[in-house]
Amino acid sequence: MPAHETDGLWVRCDGCGKLVFKRELEKTSFLCPACGHHFRMGAPQRLALLADEGSFTPFPPLVSANPLGFPGYEERIRQAQEQTGLDDAALVGRAAIGGSSCILAIIDFSFMGGSMGSVVGEQLVRAFEKAAAERLPVVAVSGGGGGARMQEGIFSLMQMAKTAQAVGRHSREGLLFVSILTHPNMGGVYASFASLGDIILAEPGALIGFAGPRIVEEATRQKLPEGFQTAEYALEHGMIDAIVPRTQLAQCVGRLLLWHR
Amino acid sequence: MQPFEWEKPLLELEERISELKQFCARSKLDFSEEIASLERRASTLRREIYASLTPYQRVLMARHPKRPTTLDYIRMVFDDFLEMHGDRTFGDDAAIVGGIALFEGQPVTVVGPQKGRDTRENIARNFGLPHPEGYRKALRLMRQAEKFGRPVITFIDLVGAHPGVEAEERGQGLVIAECIEAMSFLRTPIIAVITGEGGSGGALALGVADRILMLENAWYSVISPEMCASILWRDSSRAAEAAELLRLTPTDLLKYGIIDDVITEPLGGAHRDQAFTGRQVKAFLRRYLAVLKKTKVERLVEERLARFRRIGQFHEVKLAEI
Repeated sequence: MPAHETDGLWVRCDGCGKLVFKRELEKTSFLCPACGHHFRMGAPQRLALLADEGSFTPFPPLVSANPLGFPGYEERIRQAQEQTGLDDAALVGRAAIGGSSCILAIIDFSFMGGSMGSVVGEQLVRAFEKAAAERLPVVAVSGGGGGARMQEGIFSLMQMAKTAQAVGRHSREGLLFVSILTHPNMGGVYASFASLGDIILAEPGALIGFAGPRIVEEATRQKLPEGFQTAEYALEHGMIDAIVPRTQLAQCVGRLLLWHR
Repeated sequence: MQPFEWEKPLLELEERISELKQFCARSKLDFSEEIASLERRASTLRREIYASLTPYQRVLMARHPKRPTTLDYIRMVFDDFLEMHGDRTFGDDAAIVGGIALFEGQPVTVVGPQKGRDTRENIARNFGLPHPEGYRKALRLMRQAEKFGRPVITFIDLVGAHPGVEAEERGQGLVIAECIEAMSFLRTPIIAVITGEGGSGGALALGVADRILMLENAWYSVISPEMCASILWRDSSRAAEAAELLRLTPTDLLKYGIIDDVITEPLGGAHRDQAFTGRQVKAFLRRYLAVLKKTKVERLVEERLARFRRIGQFHEVKLAEI
């Protein structure tokens, strides 16, 4: 369930149900002060949390075309750009984490649900290519609601192949890819590059899976198991390496990068 | 099986012709001129109806219960086939069939989802929707093919991923990603034939190939038209409109460079003349296998990667423009 906004200043926590002052969330890295629930956070805030201060150099921006001529798509892109200040759902660039250089890619849910179309696919591929050329690790933080971007139809499906191949080429150079799954990580994003990390970490409570819980529930007409598709559930079923709370993420990734230098 | 609404006039006419023929045979009366005239009308009508199918009509044709399945193609196209079972980890998934087949004397590895041909088989085969062990079996067989330098042929016909608790628990997202990655770098020729439904990641998990062929009445997209309509308008009954928007027909996909060739079906669909459809598929496979066999495997992999690398439409922008 998305965090329910009450009046713009306050937001209700999905973890404990308490109302949280939004301003306060910005100070707590979007963690609920009462229960520690991990709220979604935007790419710029995520960058500030993860990368060493002043270390980030973004890749040149790309803007999506409308390959299928899907009605209303340009308009939705434009609105999302205005709302988020991003060119598309991926913020990609060179950064340092804990003093180690890497290529960092962050997918922002607030840009059309963090879905992957041509631009996100291309930016990720460039990230892995750049990293391969400079022999750098890649750190990707991905939270995308629907996975592939429906408005680009077959083109978005093909981004799954394109990004998986970029990971494969980088990996065959003996280089490290740390994939961090944040809430929610579903569909085409999960079933492509995000699943192919040498190390897969997740934030507590993040929804992780391919088919969405609502679709599974409707199709099976059964009550879903407790905690279905949460990071904890994925850990229990052997799908991820570790759950790392947001407050420890930068330090954890920093250590991993150091050990692979 | 209920006939499709748009086919009804034709099917009625065909039935009248066949009745008349039977009547002639019984009564020894000569109606050959009338029959010939009716057959001409039927032939015109057939062309009219099937030349102007809407995208959604093609989607429905792709789902026709009598449409040839993977095992039908295996029977029609290959001289011999030994089915291999199991993922060596969890179990055997009847929703995916695979094994070694002989194509005009040459061993090849064949893999594809298998829909049931009736309700009972459909339940046993989970409507051709694989679980993770099915994809793992496919992956195992493809790696086996690579080891022995056998070409891989995949037949694709599934509506999408299986929306089930167990498929999720056993990591279908992860294994689909693994399949996509492994096929991309597989050091042996791969041909994918989309024979019916090419639905989302499940289809792509078997669809990374050197040549991607598609039957005339097949569809391939990131999402089924029903799910797309349900997301766009919260109304899956508007699937026909969604099918238009998704550009999921072979004609569109050929234009976009996503697929390489379209395999024509008999008028009225693959199910109307399975043997003809089988011969068609065989002829296309013969042609493309010959081309791929002449290419060095290093170059195949390089070109396979380059082909997907190019896909995507966007504009480079200067920072000042944003």
